[in-house]
Amino acid sequence: MHWWLPPKGSTFAGPIDGLFIAILIITGIAFVVVESGLIWFIVRYRGRPGRKAFYTHGNTRAEVIWTAIPAVTMVALGIISNHYWVEIKGRNSVPPDAYPIAIHAKQFEWQVTYPGPDGQLGTADDFTVRNQLHVPVGRPIVVHLSSEDVIHSFYVPQFRVRQDIVPGMDIRAWFQPTVAGTYELGCSQLCGLGHYRMRAQVFVHTQEEFAAWMKQAAQEATQ
Amino acid sequence: MTTVAATAHGAHAHHDDRPFIRKYIFSTDHKIIGIQFLFVSLFFLLVGGLLAMQMRWQLGFPGKPMPGGGILPETMAPGGVILPEYYIQLVTMHGTFMVFFAIMPLLVGVYANFLIPLKIGTHDMAFPRINMWSFWSFFAAGLVMLASLFVPDGAARAGWTMYVPLSARHDLSGASLGQELWSVSIILVGLSSILGSLNYISTIINNRAPGMTWFRLPLSVWSLFITAILGLLALPVLSGAAIMLLFDQVLNTHFFDPAAGGQALLWQHLFWFFGHPEVYILILPAMGMVSDIIANGSRKPIFGYHSMVFAIVAIGFLGWIVWGHHMFVSGMNPTLGSSFMVSTLIIAVPSAVKVFNWMGTMWRGNLKFTVPMLNATAFVAMFVIGGLSGIYMAATPVDMFIHDTYFIVAHIHYVLFGGSLFALFGAIVYWYPKMFGRMMSERWGKVHFWLTFIFYNCTFFPMHITGMAGEMRRLYDPNQYTFLQPYQPMREFISISAFLLFATQLIFFVNFWWSLFKGKKAEQNPWHDNGLEWSLPAPAPHGNWEKVPNVYRGPYEFSHPQAREDYLPQYVKLPTDREPASAPAAAH
Amino acid sequence: MTHASATVDMMQPPYPAERGLDVYNTKLGMWVFLASEVMFFAALIGTYVILRFGAPGEWARPGIVLNIKVTAFNTFLLICSSVSMVKAYASIQDGDRQKMRFWLLMTILGGATFVGIQVYEYTHLVERGFLPSGVREGSELAELVAQGTLPAATMGLYGSTFYTMTGFHGFHVTCGVISMTYLFFTKALPGKYTRQDYRGIETVGLYWHFVDLVWIILFTIVYLI
Repeated sequence: MHWWLPPKGSTFAGPIDGLFIAILIITGIAFVVVESGLIWFIVRYRGRPGRKAFYTHGNTRAEVIWTAIPAVTMVALGIISNHYWVEIKGRNSVPPDAYPIAIHAKQFEWQVTYPGPDGQLGTADDFTVRNQLHVPVGRPIVVHLSSEDVIHSFYVPQFRVRQDIVPGMDIRAWFQPTVAGTYELGCSQLCGLGHYRMRAQVFVHTQEEFAAWMKQAAQEATQ
Repeated sequence: MTTVAATAHGAHAHHDDRPFIRKYIFSTDHKIIGIQFLFVSLFFLLVGGLLAMQMRWQLGFPGKPMPGGGILPETMAPGGVILPEYYIQLVTMHGTFMVFFAIMPLLVGVYANFLIPLKIGTHDMAFPRINMWSFWSFFAAGLVMLASLFVPDGAARAGWTMYVPLSARHDLSGASLGQELWSVSIILVGLSSILGSLNYISTIINNRAPGMTWFRLPLSVWSLFITAILGLLALPVLSGAAIMLLFDQVLNTHFFDPAAGGQALLWQHLFWFFGHPEVYILILPAMGMVSDIIANGSRKPIFGYHSMVFAIVAIGFLGWIVWGHHMFVSGMNPTLGSSFMVSTLIIAVPSAVKVFNWMGTMWRGNLKFTVPMLNATAFVAMFVIGGLSGIYMAATPVDMFIHDTYFIVAHIHYVLFGGSLFALFGAIVYWYPKMFGRMMSERWGKVHFWLTFIFYNCTFFPMHITGMAGEMRRLYDPNQYTFLQPYQPMREFISISAFLLFATQLIFFVNFWWSLFKGKKAEQNPWHDNGLEWSLPAPAPHGNWEKVPNVYRGPYEFSHPQAREDYLPQYVKLPTDREPASAPAAAH
Repeated sequence: MTHASATVDMMQPPYPAERGLDVYNTKLGMWVFLASEVMFFAALIGTYVILRFGAPGEWARPGIVLNIKVTAFNTFLLICSSVSMVKAYASIQDGDRQKMRFWLLMTILGGATFVGIQVYEYTHLVERGFLPSGVREGSELAELVAQGTLPAATMGLYGSTFYTMTGFHGFHVTCGVISMTYLFFTKALPGKYTRQDYRGIETVGLYWHFVDLVWIILFTIVYLI
């Protein structure tokens, strides 16, 4: 059990964790200011007999200051966030050379369709594997998400990627794994009584391993 | 016509000789209706809490038989071991009961009804009979929702947000009648809220006492006014959506059925178009009542009254254009996501203004830590955490990671429990004497407050940590995922804290009931407050005033240099005060 | 209580009170209520627009399923009933109770006939196989779908939105007819409306015009476009 974000597993993890830390610092300052201020007031101005409170209706300058500071901070945060948002989820964010994989979600499993040796989806050499997502490291991957029945959500915490899968919609999401290893893919949208066990293994292979796996899996699929 | 004239001239303040059933059951008196809402929604608060305890049992001790769970039928928990299908019913119904049947009626049903006429100085609501129907349709909705727990297939099980197609298709969710009853109940709740809001808005606009100008209204009334506008305009959208959902369930219509061209995201847009104003319905009244209590407890005028009002209005307005922040990863157009992110971040500004103004109110005050003041201070301290954790979700890239995790569960509970419920504990104790003529026990109030404060933080703060680790919401057993297994001790800690938190609430319930009969008799103005309601005896009589008082000043004149006491009620005329222009002539 | 109610002008805000919007409570309440109704119909109409323009394929041309002529007549009738409502309002403002009763009765009749024709339209549509869930198998419309005259892909949505929107509008008209009938027998007939106090007529009139306005929008988007 560690008390922090999961290990970084994709190119998104850097900016997202950075933004998380930036917000943690901003909110941390606000938190300390407010809570310590409160505690100080509680101790300093606690009621004593014979004391009368200071009669005032406010102070315009102070109010302008504490309106302006959050406003400026929030706008700045919005601009920075939007920059990364467009890179991650924007309409044209998917790299053109991204490796395509189709994922069909249904209660309660993931059907992962690979493009086969030709690297193209929708051709005869495509094959489907249940609950296993194999991807090569260091290459952008685009997943074409579709759903059989209800809304599911594609979520790999280490990749910091999440995308709802809505029946009737074709949704694409992309990511680029950076560290080879085994991860877990989970459904993060309540999809029925088996929601909790709608889980798949994610294998991030080196390029060579991936090529070898692809060859073997394609062969097994044709048999 | 005569009734209006009679009301206007205070006839109801005379001896009340209506039969019991008109007086306490089918009453049109705003105070009785408020008290009815109080009893019923406290009951639902307890129900919601019980459901949460069962969830926490499963999460803390997965697969172990729940103590006392043996009484549950085989279809829910055979041998006391909770089944996945029962778990998601618990998730769904806990959210539904807490949002629609506990927090919302406690804040709006109870305090809008009880406080508005008393604080603005009028005899009753503008439409007392419609007000009564507002309560009874809420009551009917509650009965329907409660009944849905006991139907053969079990209750609704698609989460309180009822995302389609899971909620619309019985073959996919596994529940049928339960889902339909949910829709029916929500339609009735919508009706109740619309009828209530209609009353609150009309009453505040038209029936204020002479001299009660807009900028002399207490902040509680201002926030209830904006809340009522939100309810009036948001609930019909929910009702419309629930009607379409019900039709999809029973008439086989295709609004949300993708196979026939319906749209799944349409439900989310409709639901959150209602849902985000709803979030402010659940917090604005709490903010308003906390403002009243903090000014009183600090013995100081509220800091920056006008900016407090503008902040309430701004939150109410911005609340309409942020709904898409619940849908950043839903497949909605990402460009829309950008604009929703900006509006969401902007809404942090008025919230920050409110927090700083509360602190400004306490600064150089003469703080009296009564039970309401303790709870109100805790509201500020906890609302800050809930507000700040919201910024993480507003930033779209971060939201992509923490959306639908326990981070958001922590956030919502810091706002709704740490915010709304602490404010409510304060408000219940604060206005208890005006409702029932007795005081709640101060000592047990303090015990309850401190234990709640501790266990509450132990329960909900660790959820930020598991959320950061990526623990998804609504999982029956997170141990299915290897990366979540190490967090089992933390889940166990949360569960034990939650049980203690629940047990602590029993102190409050006992205090509440015991004080009804055995509490200390209340004086007329026990908190030395300035509001018009304190000019009435405790409990406030039917019809309130024989003749409504004239209002001479704002509601927060504490420690006024010209006053002998450290408070100066709105209804007390100083020699320098002039009669309000709208006051009736002396002949009256 | 000592003040005679007759001396109080009922068309003014309740007294004594700080100045509000300068209207009496029921009228204010009706305006507030109509704001809520606007949101309700906005949800239904918005849904219709989104589903229709996001639909997988063509929408059925209205003339094939719906009888536009009958509904056009019905629309005309509802507009007339709005006019007669105005007449009733103007009559009581002039203090003419007899005329007010007549025009109110006309309005009630207009509204009731509208509902009657709508019920007739519904039964006829159901007979031909048009249901909220789409087209009934083996019906007359099912044949048209098979021939390709009606688009199969969107008939379900068409039925869902048509019946929900027009049905809820019909429900509102019915509520209006019931409340006008109630006012007619309890207030108008006993002569309780006067030149000084005609709040009920004015308030129910506001509602009636709103319902009429909603219908004009619905008729345009459902039957004409």
